[in-house]
Parts: sequence; C-alpha cells; structure tokens
Amino acid sequence: MVLKLDHIYKDYITQRLVVPVLHDVSLHVEEGEYVAIMGPSGSGKSTLMNIIGCLDRPTKGTYELNGENVLNKDDKAMADIRLNNLGFVFQNFELLARQTALDNVELPLIYAGVKKRERAERAKEALARVGLEERMSFTPAQLSGGQKQRVAIARAMVNHPRLLLADEPTGALDSRSSTALMKLFEELNQEGVTIVMITHSPEIASCAKRVCNIFDGVLTERTDADRTRIEAAGGRR
Amino acid sequence: MLENIRLAFHGILSHKLRSLLTMLGIIIGIGSIIAIVSTIQGTNDQLREQLIGSGNNTVKVTLGSGGDAYDMDMGSKPEGIYPVSDSTIRKILALDTVENVTCYTNRVLWDTAVYYIGNGMSTSNISGVDDQYFNTLGYKVKTGRTFLQSDYDIFSKVAVLDQNAADALFKGSNPLGKTIEIYKKPFVVVGIVYEPSSFERDIEDIEDYQLMNDDDSNGQIFIPKATWPVLFQYDEPENVIVKAVSTDDMTKAGQRTAKILNDAITVEQPQVTYQAEDLLGDLKNQQKMQNATNVQLMWIAGISLLVGGIGVMNIMLVSVTERTSEIGLKKAIGARKSSILAQFLTEAAVLTSLGGLLGVVAGVVMSRIINIMTGIPVGINWGAAIIAVLFSMAIGILFGLLPSVQASNLDPIDALRRE
Repeated sequence: MVLKLDHIYKDYITQRLVVPVLHDVSLHVEEGEYVAIMGPSGSGKSTLMNIIGCLDRPTKGTYELNGENVLNKDDKAMADIRLNNLGFVFQNFELLARQTALDNVELPLIYAGVKKRERAERAKEALARVGLEERMSFTPAQLSGGQKQRVAIARAMVNHPRLLLADEPTGALDSRSSTALMKLFEELNQEGVTIVMITHSPEIASCAKRVCNIFDGVLTERTDADRTRIEAAGGRR
Repeated sequence: MLENIRLAFHGILSHKLRSLLTMLGIIIGIGSIIAIVSTIQGTNDQLREQLIGSGNNTVKVTLGSGGDAYDMDMGSKPEGIYPVSDSTIRKILALDTVENVTCYTNRVLWDTAVYYIGNGMSTSNISGVDDQYFNTLGYKVKTGRTFLQSDYDIFSKVAVLDQNAADALFKGSNPLGKTIEIYKKPFVVVGIVYEPSSFERDIEDIEDYQLMNDDDSNGQIFIPKATWPVLFQYDEPENVIVKAVSTDDMTKAGQRTAKILNDAITVEQPQVTYQAEDLLGDLKNQQKMQNATNVQLMWIAGISLLVGGIGVMNIMLVSVTERTSEIGLKKAIGARKSSILAQFLTEAAVLTSLGGLLGVVAGVVMSRIINIMTGIPVGINWGAAIIAVLFSMAIGILFGLLPSVQASNLDPIDALRRE
C-alpha cells in the first residue's frame, strides 16, 4: 500500500470561526494505481492534495505513506519525504523562469545532494523520457504550455518517487496538449508509477483507472454504475 | 554551496541595474574606507621615509645626559668612559638585530679652524672614523678614495670631505691631493664622499630632530680615528652608529647597543650615558596622531556601510516577496528550510562581496585621484582590501539574515497559492 489515509478531518480556524474543509476522508491507494480525485472548486480537493503531498497536516486522522506514519514527523523529515517519495506536478507548471529546462529538472537532485555530473545525466534522461531531449537548454519562455508541463513532469520524476501527485495538470493547457499529457500519464502508469491526480474536469478524470469524487469535504468512490450512467446520459458529462 | 553561489550570480546578473543600485551603498562605503586607508598608508610611508630614510636603517647611539648631547668641547673627558673596546664591538655585532657597527669621535667646530689657503670654514663638523664608518652609513665615493688600512697603521694625516666642505674650501677647484689646515695641522685631501639622496634624513618638519642632526654645520670632514689625537685628545669617548637588520629592528638594535655600551662604563654613576635615538618610536607617535583624525573619517564611512547594509536588507525583502512562488515550489519539491536560508544568505553575501570588490576598485581609483589632485601620497594596503571584502560579506550575511529567515519560514501552500 503506497497511500493510506484514514478518517482525515481538516478544519481551518479563522477568527473565532471554524471552517471544516475535510470530513472523515479515507483513501487507500495501492502500488501502481492511477487515481483521479474530482470535485468543484471549494470542495476541499486542494487541501486533500496538500495533506497527501506532506505540505499540510490534518486536524485529525492518520496518514501512512509507504507504510510509514508521516504525521509525527518534523518539518525537516517532511521535506525529505517530499524530496524522495513524492513528485509534484502543478497547474501552472511552477518552473523557474530564468533557468533552462535542464536546470529546472536538476533542482530536486541538488537538494538530494547528487553530484553535478550525475545530476545532468539523470536530468537528461528524465527529459528524454518526456520527449524533450531536443529542448534541454530552452528556458520556459521558449517552450509551449504542453512542453512546460512535460518539463515539470520530468522534474517530478527525476528522483524516481513512489507517487506522482498532479494538481490540475491540464488546467492551463489546450485540449491537444491535454490529450498528449494524459497519454504520457498513462504510459508512466503502465511503467509502474502510482499517480494521484486532482481535476475538476470529468473528461480528464475519466482517463484514470479509478475516480473519486469530493464534494463539501466528503470523499466518495465512483462506482462502475456511475460511470455507465454518465456515459448513457451522453458523452462524459 | 557552490550551486548557491552560481544561482546567486545568475540572479545578480539578471537584475543588473537593481543589483548595482543595491550595492551602491556598500561600494561607496568600502570605497571611502579604502581611499582613507590608502591615504593613511601613503602618509605613513612618506613620514617613515622622511624620518628614517628608506633602506639604510642606521641608529645613532650617542653620549649624553637627559636630553642633551655630550659636548667634548668642555675639555675634560667624562669619567669611566673610554673608546669602545673590540670586545664590546663583538658583543654588539653578536646582536641578531644588528648588521654592522661603527665607532667615531666627533666635534663640531664653531670657530674657523679649517683653511685651504685663504678660504676658511666658519663651522665644520669633524669626525675621527673607523674603517666601517662609510659603508655603514652608506656613503658613496664621488672622487678619490676613503681611508686605507695603511692610513690607520701609520697615522696618516689624510682627510675625506663631503661636498659642502669641498665647496666651502675649494670653491670649485679640484681638492684631491691638496693640503688643508685643521687647527694649523696639515691634512691631505684623498677623497670626496656623498650620501645617496634617498638615505638623507629630511626631518625639517620635526623640531626635535633638527637638534639631534649634526648636519647643520657647513661641511663634514673625516679623518682616520688613529689620527684624531693629532688634533684632539687620546682616548676620547666614541659615539656609535649601528645598522639594524631591518627598519622594524631599529628601536631594538639601538636600545640593546646602548645597554652594552653602558654596561662597559666603569664608574657607578656616570656623568653621561649612551642613549639610542628612537626614530621608529617617534615615527609611531607621529603616525598615531595622524591616525586619530582618520579614525573619525572611518566612522563616517562606516555609517555609509550601515546604510548600504540596510539597502541590501530592503531589496532582499522585496526579492523574497517577488520570489514567493519560487520558494514555495522549492519547498514543495523537498528543499529544507536550511537550504532556502542558505540560498538567500549566499545571495546577500555574494551581492555585498561583489559590492565590496567594486568598492575596493572604486577606492583605489579614488585614492589615485586624491593623489593626483592634492599630491598626498597613497599606498594601497592590500590587507585592508581583503578585510574590506570579507567585511562586506559579513554585512551581507548580517543584513540578509532577516529576509532569509523570512523566506525559509514561508509556508509552501501559501507560497504556491499566491501568484
């Protein structure tokens, strides 16, 4: 089991007001799964993503990553978990604008203390994997949206994490780039990478093998029956 | 670390104008300090050269009591003081600060005692010198020769003149081989010597040294020590000049020599004792006075550095705000707090070190301009330059601390959400 969230609650406390964001969320993800978490904005999906990504801590509940309880770790250990076990892909790519694609991909390896030569080698490998071996020395400004997201994926994968977390990965892409990206995710998944993806788009969510819905902080598993019903209702909506 | 430095340079180069403006305070501060230090150094070097003479390093150890030099004109010899013995000379030469030593007897003649035919010298300075005198003091032969061993052995009545004496007596004609009269005794002139100009002590601006310097007579006449009793008395007490190994050893060499000489005096409470001149010590006092004023200037330059440091802090704070998402991303992909802290501190330190480096360049240029415009000599002190760069690095770290801590404490969630 890669991911084991049980009875997660998260409240935001703002000036005497307690806003519950997640309510008794449990999610188990096995090695090699491809899970999409779908929900409208304000549903709590980003908060859930932050908790899975070890960027935030729940108010209540337990969370095991690779069989290890992560909630009792200090900030430094959390940073190391993010570095070694997780890969992040963001909606707006979050590439360093002044650096080349290669430099961007090398970034996690710097924090992992990898030596310069090996760093460049591994970053090149990762860029080649996403089909960008020709554009390694380009800066983000010289790349298209789809290419930028590929660089971000290369960066996420360069440390060979157990789990790839994608937060609205197609949010800033046109439909053609989105389709290509989803194909890349599928390939990565076939190679054994576990993927958890957040999206508000049902179309994108349907690319995953398993889809969860989140609404008002409550997570529900979408069954095959739902899927049939949606498809019967015309298209994927 | 290396990666951080590379990143810092990358950042600085991509905001050239901003970085330059940020560094300006540091550049001005360090530049002023370097200019001040260079001017101090130059003035000190000049003082030192004027007082001590570059390269000769000789110290006079003369007889006197209190501040007054002993004057043999009084007639009677001081009790218990004899010519410096060979064993005393060996002791002096054994000092590790002493390179060479010479002994001489000396009189300043205030009456006209020296003649060549009709020309007399109203005042003259006459010395009975040993064979080490000319080379120890760095005299050069202009024409003729100095004394030979045979001159000492057979008590030759020969004399060596300096240019002043030669001019006074011979009015331009060739003095070599001519016979001059000293107290009605004939002496044959065998040579003219001169002190190379760099060895001349130009200490007119310090009153004290005018008194100690006997060059104020009309000219110098040298005769062999052995011949001295022909004119004056037997066994007159001698003065000593030691040549120190280095300029810094001058004070020590003088004091040690005086001690050895005083130990050789045979009476309990001598009327006069050997006293070493302390040019170096006086120089240091002189420099200290000069430096006191300059320290105030340094404080003013220091304030400029403080302002520069605050400027750096300000721009770093802006930079942290600007790069919130970069910091958020780096933290999200696994950068520890300490990595972010190190990155920003390095950036601040590189920025200010670069400022310091440019400041050193500006300071060197400034001191050259001061030199050209006012004629004040400048000497670049590279030690101070290195300290200046290290100091500006420290300023960067000090003033970069607050922004860096702020950056490292950013919550990655907030940092990524803020766009």
